[in-house]
Amino acid sequence: MSLTLNNVSRVVDGETWIDNVNLSLEPGSFNVLLGRTLSGKTTLMRLMAGLDRPTNGQIMMNGVDVTGVPVRERNISMVYQQFINYPNMTVYDNIASPLRLAKMSNSEIDRRVRETAEMLRIDSYLDRMPLQLSGGQQQRTAMARALVKDSQVILFDEPLVNLDYKLREELRQELRALFKARNCIAVYATTEPNEALALSGNTAVLHEGKLLQFGETAEVYHRPKDIITAEMFSEPPINVVPGRVSETEVTFDETVHFQLNNDLRPLEPGNYRFGVRASHIGLVPRSDDDLELPVQVDLAEISGSETFLHVHNPHFDLVLHLSGVHEYHVDQQIKVYFPTHKLYAFNESGRLVHAPAGLGGR
Amino acid sequence: MTKVENNKAWWLVMPVFLIVAFSAIIPLMTVVNYSVQDIFDPYTRYFVGTEWFKQVMTDSRLHDALIRQFIYSFTILAIEIPLGIAVALMMPTKGRGASLALILVAIPLLIPWNVVGTIWQIFGRADIGLFGAMMAELGINYNYASEPMHAWLTVVLMDVWHWTPLVALLCYSGLRAIPEVYYQAARIDKASRWAVFRYIQLPKLTNVLIIGVLLRFMDSFMIYTEPFVLTGGGPGTSTTFLSQSLVQQAIGQFDLGPAAAFSLVYFLIILLVCWVFYTTIMNMQKDK
Repeated sequence: MSLTLNNVSRVVDGETWIDNVNLSLEPGSFNVLLGRTLSGKTTLMRLMAGLDRPTNGQIMMNGVDVTGVPVRERNISMVYQQFINYPNMTVYDNIASPLRLAKMSNSEIDRRVRETAEMLRIDSYLDRMPLQLSGGQQQRTAMARALVKDSQVILFDEPLVNLDYKLREELRQELRALFKARNCIAVYATTEPNEALALSGNTAVLHEGKLLQFGETAEVYHRPKDIITAEMFSEPPINVVPGRVSETEVTFDETVHFQLNNDLRPLEPGNYRFGVRASHIGLVPRSDDDLELPVQVDLAEISGSETFLHVHNPHFDLVLHLSGVHEYHVDQQIKVYFPTHKLYAFNESGRLVHAPAGLGGR
Repeated sequence: MTKVENNKAWWLVMPVFLIVAFSAIIPLMTVVNYSVQDIFDPYTRYFVGTEWFKQVMTDSRLHDALIRQFIYSFTILAIEIPLGIAVALMMPTKGRGASLALILVAIPLLIPWNVVGTIWQIFGRADIGLFGAMMAELGINYNYASEPMHAWLTVVLMDVWHWTPLVALLCYSGLRAIPEVYYQAARIDKASRWAVFRYIQLPKLTNVLIIGVLLRFMDSFMIYTEPFVLTGGGPGTSTTFLSQSLVQQAIGQFDLGPAAAFSLVYFLIILLVCWVFYTTIMNMQKDK
């Protein structure tokens, strides 16, 4: 089963919600749609599902044009951010509902319902009503409803947002495992870069209705095509510092210099914007090439066992992603180490021209 | 551990006690007072115990009025609830149409009871009323003033016209509260229109329907003004409901003792039926 979108656009009341998207999803693939709120993730999913018709473009399934085919005649499932179940049916009947509508035999329905419920570990709650379950179990029921029929496409629209942190991690891992054995196309929308990384598979980065980049998740992460993709696909967003490359050295804002190393030597002299991941800047030098920068602390944001340290020097702001809890005063003077061999370079129009070699790790 | 008594808290609930006392308990106790005594003037009274209650309970006119009242209330519930749901389902949800429909549906609710009676009194007359003339055109010899059945049906029709909008508005608000994704999920499941109604809309409407049924039952059980204006309880006793009987007894005949006993019985009947409705619906929900 393959799903292809050809030049798909959707315009609502003169506003472009989806702008000329081309996307081809392979059978058996797990695809993450990554983008901020209002980037068009849900709209794109509704188009894939056939809930809405694209204003322009074509949607093909297995090479057959299904653009005008309504959702009732397609074979898809969808799981939502809200826990959508039939309120006055038991968990069993909820899971069985799509099979009953497909006029399957009772023994077959029973077998499938129990199998799916077991897979999602809700088999001991089959007689309960959805509202008697916890949020996580309600969402598992909704997922079981989506998985019980052999859909060609299963769409997940931020399914874990309304769950607490622990449950989210647990369900995410299970979800990924569930799809390993399936031959359907899974599409999963999320706003969180970390979720996309955890789910692996493929990632499509959406921004303001445009598809910025689509590819293997690790590839998109390590080689973002442009600055916006790089910013979207890292949490905290990648640091961007304007700089200048000459024959021999790199200058950031006229003040910070370092020798042009082997990594950056292929760059033509000129103006660039350099990206450096928040986790690559350290408090201690990690290699001889690291550039020492005196900075002033703005804010130390402690989140769990990690610290986001916001600092600035007279010319630019930086964010550091440190493991462990670090406390600093505001305006405290510290030194940070800038990894000159882990720089991304973007040209003036924002396209990636150089990514650090030896990819891997963060 | 010793329990600390703090009587100051009583002062905080005092206002509520006072309001409830003046709004409900004292008036009710006055009625209780009348129902167990035979009062001739402010200085002459005799305690009669349950005599008035016995008299009321065995009064066949009141039995008839009670039966008439139940038939009437259940009839209008059976019509107004499904009709209200149907109207709510058909009302547009977006744009100008939605506001227009809301205003149109709400108009009957804005008309005072006695005016409704007067409207239908004129509307139903064969000589000058549109409805009466229409019935005459259809060859039906319609006359609410002389035919008991016609009078009864006219009161039912009047109530349906006046109060179905309330049920419709309640259901409409209930329907608007259902998130759009439920309908989407149903479309993806290939569910039929009926299944959407049966398994999504109706369960989500249960709460507003409880309120709708209770309100409509209580109101219709206490109906007074409309039949009073339209038919005055006639012809014969065909539209003499409980309130009409009560007023005839209390004001018409000035039998305050039996009337007070009757008021209490009336009040308890309404309370009992509402309780039965409420628990039945709640249990139905639990069983599902």
